[in-house]
Amino acid sequence: MKVKMLSRNPDNYVRETKLDLQRVPRNYDPTLHPFEVPREYMRALNATKLERVFAKPFLASLDGHRDGVNCLAKHPKSLATVLSGACDGEVRIWNLTKRKCIRAVQAHEGFVRGICTRFCGTSFFTVGDDKTVKQWKMDGPGFGEEEEPLHTILGKTVYTGIDHHWKEAVFATCGQQVDIWDEQRTNPICSMTWGFDSISSVKFNPIETFLLGSCASDRNIVLYDMRQATPLKKVILDMRTNTICWNPMEAFIFTAANEDYNLYTFDMRALDTPVMVHMDHVSAVLDVDYSPTGKEFVSASFDKSIRIFPMDKGRSREVYHTKRMQHVICVKWTSDSKYIMCGSDEMNIRLWKANASEKLGVLTSREKAAKDYNQKLKEKFQHHPHIKRIARHRHLPKSIYSQIQEQRIMREARRRKEVNRLKHSKPGSVPIVSEKKKHIVAVVK
Amino acid sequence: MSATRAAESLLALSQQEELEDLPKDYPLSASEDEGDSDGERKHQKLLEAISSLDGRNRRKLAERSEASLRVSEFNVSSEGSGEKLVLSDLLEPVKTSSSLATVKKQLNRVKSKKTVELPLNKEEVERIHREVAFNKTSQALSKWDPVVLKNRQAEQLVFPLKKEQSAFAPIEHVLSGWKARTPLEQEIFNLLHKNKQPVTDPLLTPLEKASLKAMSLEEAKMRRAELQRARALQSYYEARARREKKIKSKKYHKVLKKGKAKKALKEFEKLQKVNPSAALEELEKIEKARMMERMSLKHQNSGKWAKSKAIMAKYDLEARQALQEQLARNKELTQKLQAASKSEEEEGGAEEEDELLVPEAVNEVQMNADGPNPWMLRNCPSDAKEAEIQKDPEQLSEPVAHKASESEGEESPLAEEEILLKELEERRSLRKKSGLNQDSEPVGRQETKDSSSQEVLSELRALSQKLNKENHQSRKQKVSSARTVLPVQREEPAEEEEPLLLQKRERAQTLEELEELGEEGCFQDKELPRPALDGQQLERNPNNQPGAPKEKTKKEQMIDLQNLLTTKSPSVKSLAIPTTIEELEDEEEKDQRQMIKEAFAGDDVIRDFLKEKREAVEASKPKDMDLTLPGWGEWGGVGLKPSAKKRHRFLIKVPEGPSRKDKNLPNVIINEKRNIHAAAHQVRVLPYPFTHHQQFERTIQTPIGSTWNTQRAFQKLTRPKVVTKPGHIIKPIKAEDVGYRSSSRSDLSVVQRNPKRLSIRHKKQLKKNSVD
Repeated sequence: MKVKMLSRNPDNYVRETKLDLQRVPRNYDPTLHPFEVPREYMRALNATKLERVFAKPFLASLDGHRDGVNCLAKHPKSLATVLSGACDGEVRIWNLTKRKCIRAVQAHEGFVRGICTRFCGTSFFTVGDDKTVKQWKMDGPGFGEEEEPLHTILGKTVYTGIDHHWKEAVFATCGQQVDIWDEQRTNPICSMTWGFDSISSVKFNPIETFLLGSCASDRNIVLYDMRQATPLKKVILDMRTNTICWNPMEAFIFTAANEDYNLYTFDMRALDTPVMVHMDHVSAVLDVDYSPTGKEFVSASFDKSIRIFPMDKGRSREVYHTKRMQHVICVKWTSDSKYIMCGSDEMNIRLWKANASEKLGVLTSREKAAKDYNQKLKEKFQHHPHIKRIARHRHLPKSIYSQIQEQRIMREARRRKEVNRLKHSKPGSVPIVSEKKKHIVAVVK
Repeated sequence: MSATRAAESLLALSQQEELEDLPKDYPLSASEDEGDSDGERKHQKLLEAISSLDGRNRRKLAERSEASLRVSEFNVSSEGSGEKLVLSDLLEPVKTSSSLATVKKQLNRVKSKKTVELPLNKEEVERIHREVAFNKTSQALSKWDPVVLKNRQAEQLVFPLKKEQSAFAPIEHVLSGWKARTPLEQEIFNLLHKNKQPVTDPLLTPLEKASLKAMSLEEAKMRRAELQRARALQSYYEARARREKKIKSKKYHKVLKKGKAKKALKEFEKLQKVNPSAALEELEKIEKARMMERMSLKHQNSGKWAKSKAIMAKYDLEARQALQEQLARNKELTQKLQAASKSEEEEGGAEEEDELLVPEAVNEVQMNADGPNPWMLRNCPSDAKEAEIQKDPEQLSEPVAHKASESEGEESPLAEEEILLKELEERRSLRKKSGLNQDSEPVGRQETKDSSSQEVLSELRALSQKLNKENHQSRKQKVSSARTVLPVQREEPAEEEEPLLLQKRERAQTLEELEELGEEGCFQDKELPRPALDGQQLERNPNNQPGAPKEKTKKEQMIDLQNLLTTKSPSVKSLAIPTTIEELEDEEEKDQRQMIKEAFAGDDVIRDFLKEKREAVEASKPKDMDLTLPGWGEWGGVGLKPSAKKRHRFLIKVPEGPSRKDKNLPNVIINEKRNIHAAAHQVRVLPYPFTHHQQFERTIQTPIGSTWNTQRAFQKLTRPKVVTKPGHIIKPIKAEDVGYRSSSRSDLSVVQRNPKRLSIRHKKQLKKNSVD
């Protein structure tokens, strides 16, 4: 007769070192683990709540400017370095890890309208209201040397913006026309114009580097080709576009920050319909910057808040504001896609986490696994009403809150009127215009 | 086009002529001489100037001051007419002189040439430029489409996209900064140094280099040539062999084979004369080859060829002959074995003879039920079924068959072929069996084998008899069900002879059933009593398998009968319908309604609905609560119930709730069960990417936690969509990252040229565009 015995082989349960995890034999029989959906739902609910509990996005405020911060620039090689230009003509270079200003330069008289770094990170360019373009060394002057620009170009008109080419020693300025400059020359290589209005911003495409986009005060966005030295196409919107930003992962996608509180994401090959209209701001959008992953972008608005939009969603996923933050004029997403910086009217640069509840610092593997699991759970149950409500809830300043209510009422009224007009007119006589097409006035070839 | 133009020029010409005519009538200046004409003209001009001074706009008359009517060739002037000079005028005097033909031609050619069109205005040109440039750029951008799509749909994206490649340092670099420290390392290095092993790329020691050098060029060449020749020869032989192998002609191969055999024989004879001992060895070899062939079962009719021939044998005389030849050869081979065994043992030989005497029917049974061969077991039922009907006549013709006298008289013309085939089959089965026996038993135990084979044989004989009977019986059943009783009665005595008692009993049972079935006309499944019997049978004798297939065939026939009965009834119905169709339309409609009624006779929808509603009402009613505790205050136990009084006392009746909403609505069930507390947690609208609620439910129902999934699956399920490394700069995507070739040309290169000057090609393209 065979007698069954309990066999205890230490190999099966004793860990090799005390640093190893205890081996836990598991039985995955579903009957032993019932109620999987309700349990996961509760986990998702808890994860969502915890996310809201730990959502503390504000990291630091960099103060030192003596006027509103008008422009920001990232350092292409160093994550810790940021440059900012203020309305009094001062340029400051900051160290983010120390959260201190490491250098201040009185660059221009009047506003610093634009600032950009060279692709190699050795120097930067500024343009100001004093009709000059100046090139500065990134490192400060040696002992006893005076703070002087490397080059100064005196222009005939005011420059309102500047951007540097991503690979070559070329930069572009805008003002009355878009000028392409060689760094070594004092005259532009070529100037491109189309119409006669002041151009507020010009941006190089980071992927197909010969492409440029600009936006002018006569409500249009113009695309240029640097190689063929011609403008390509122009799209006229309802209201003025303040700035545009190219997607760093998708060569033909750019987003425009508009005065009509919306942002428009365009495919540059089909300008007649934007790919997506992003609404949520309650005042003019002043600046926009893409995350380096190309999945999201951040926008700064006159309504004293910044918002983060997924590229393919019409509504924002996050809104950041503080009591003291005034009109946000410029915003940048850092190159490691973890942080957001914004410069505002009240002379401060603020540093935010891109993911509000993210834990900073090194994570253990178990923490990482838990984080991933929670993220997936939140995604899985995101449509359930309770979870949705908790995940969407944000506290807003009263001004923004009431503005949102007001605008909702206005929008509703407009919609109702439109529906009524449609209802009481001959079928087909009133065309139904989609939200995407509504804001496009014309596309000029 | 040219025609109209010519017409126009003609018109112009004629007008001019008219104008020219005018001055003719003019009275002045006809008699003036050449010399004064100049002064006069001046005077005229003066007059005109004076007249124009007085402010009135006088119409300026065309005037001609030429003296002659004809225009002289030296003094051409268009002054008077105020008209354009036309080429044709100038050509007029040339017309007559033939010496200026070439000039004329050239001039004509000039005349036929078109004028250059006006250039487009600047805006238009710029617009065209822009359009062309835009098309070009958007085409260039379209190459990113697949990349973008891939990245958007990617399960996981890891940034930075471009991985920093670990630097690949050559070995000498690594070695340069390294020193041997341990004694082992030092030893190894010493060894390497002793052999002067270099560390740089051509890792050849001087010795190796020397050996490489040692072989001279000529030697190497010769060697190569030799090798080449050998290779050529080899390939030649190979090609030839392949060609010969490819020859499909059977005759050729036959002749070849025969030739070879003859040759071998001749050689052998020669050898016999010259060297008898060698010849003996050769003989042994031949014998061995023969044995090998015998063992190889080459002449077993089991090959592809034999099978194909067997099929053809019915129609083809040659094939039949070939088959017979094969058979003869087979016999010959087997004969040899018998002879050998005979020489060894007298007894065995006798049995072998016995085996030879065994009737063919036995072999057939053996084929059907080859005991120890599991493969044959599987085949036999189907074989039996298929061959049954055809087999019958042959078995009748065979001398051993019991019912030879009862021949049905349906000798088929194919009987002969069938016999031939059967013979082959028999042979095969027999051989297989004997082979198996031999395999299973060691050589020393010949006796036991023989005895066992004897047993087997006797059983086989009995079986064959049985089989024959059964075949007859089944066929008869098929012919007429009325006569079923007769063969059964006839069979019973025959079956008494059988040694297999158990099977006989079963047989009788089934036959009884068969009778019953014949009367009742319905089929009963008799599978139940079988398994136990089977077990017993198997214990007794593993060879009596044919019982199963036989019964099967019988049952099948019964099913056929049943089928016939069932299929007949609807056909009768369908026959009845056409007669009614020929009535009036009303009747047809009525009929249809009738048919529908008949078709849906079973389901009464209204009653079902009422029942459903009643059930729903019942289910929604709260139940009374019974708080009786059995055994409390009285005896309890199995079979004892609490008293009615007690039950009545502890029953809590539910108060009447509000009446149902559908109480007065007979055709409606309103579900009042919706739980608002649960509904608050439920998704109300189907979320966007899903198209069906089932999809959504499925995604919700699959758990992703590690409680329900293995570690690997859990990791896979919870992979984040975007992974970034902290502290790493993510650069914009580059063409090189995704395998595209980025343009080598600098973005600046074009700009630095004068942008206003465009290439000729570009201009052409522009023009084409504008035309479009």
